[in-house]
Amino acid sequence: METFVFYIFSAFMVLSALMVITVNNPVKAAFFLVLSFFASAAIWLLLEAEFLAIILVIVYVGAVMVLFLFVVMMLDINMAQIKKGFVNNLPLAVAVAIAMFVTIFFVVGGESFSESVFTIPDRHGADYSNVAELGKVLYTDYVYSFEIAAVILLVGIIAAISLTLRRRPNTRHQKIEEQVAVKSKDRLQVVKVDAQPRKYEPAKEEQK
Amino acid sequence: MLSLTHFLVLGAIMFSIAMAGIFINRKNVLILLMCVELMLLAVNTNFIAFSHYLGDSAGQVFVFFILTVAAAEAAIGLAILVVLFRNKRTINVEELDSLKG
Repeated sequence: METFVFYIFSAFMVLSALMVITVNNPVKAAFFLVLSFFASAAIWLLLEAEFLAIILVIVYVGAVMVLFLFVVMMLDINMAQIKKGFVNNLPLAVAVAIAMFVTIFFVVGGESFSESVFTIPDRHGADYSNVAELGKVLYTDYVYSFEIAAVILLVGIIAAISLTLRRRPNTRHQKIEEQVAVKSKDRLQVVKVDAQPRKYEPAKEEQK
Repeated sequence: MLSLTHFLVLGAIMFSIAMAGIFINRKNVLILLMCVELMLLAVNTNFIAFSHYLGDSAGQVFVFFILTVAAAEAAIGLAILVVLFRNKRTINVEELDSLKG
């Protein structure tokens, strides 16, 4: 049963990855990448990494891929130009991919990672919590790395905003530094005005 | 039964596909970024498989950090892409030759 699930989801994962790299339309590529992430999350569930599987769906499918789709829609890409030159690079790409796969397969395909060396671990019971397990390690042994990860995300936010922020000349902006630096003298002026008796003017009836 | 080799071979296939994608899509930086995401996915699958078969949750912690860095990388990469398109009106890799590299 597990083997069946594994093969089904790896087939989904590999086929959608192939579609990502061959499809011309970037929107379709993004959606196939989403499918690939979903299949990968299922395979991670099979490996009892429940927390990371859910994080993959929430963070990747929910945030990063939506970001990709936003950028696809912001750019006005010339499709006809993209289609040219696809076939030129294809033989090289296939050759490199096969060479790469064969090289990796020589390392991982043999007996060194088979069941006799890495025995298949028993399944955890229903009371096992992957989140608690991961949290225990993350907040003790790796707490400094965790804080660095937070700083990396902060840098990411600042970099993304500062790169894409642009000030158009004709738009009106709030100048906060001037607003904060303002003194009461700049805004309020006390003017001495001598008191004058108001003259009584009777209403002119002839204007009616 | 599923051995570690199954998952490692799956990771190898995914990585090779992403590699081929980088060679094929020389016209579109956006799909290049997607191929980098696919590569990271393959690497993460390897990490999780080793973590499961060795019974050590440190592998999953590494995947957590890779996901963090990959999210930051995607955000910054896409921001650079938007600025690039705003200035050059193209995302074709072959036309981005201002540095004469």
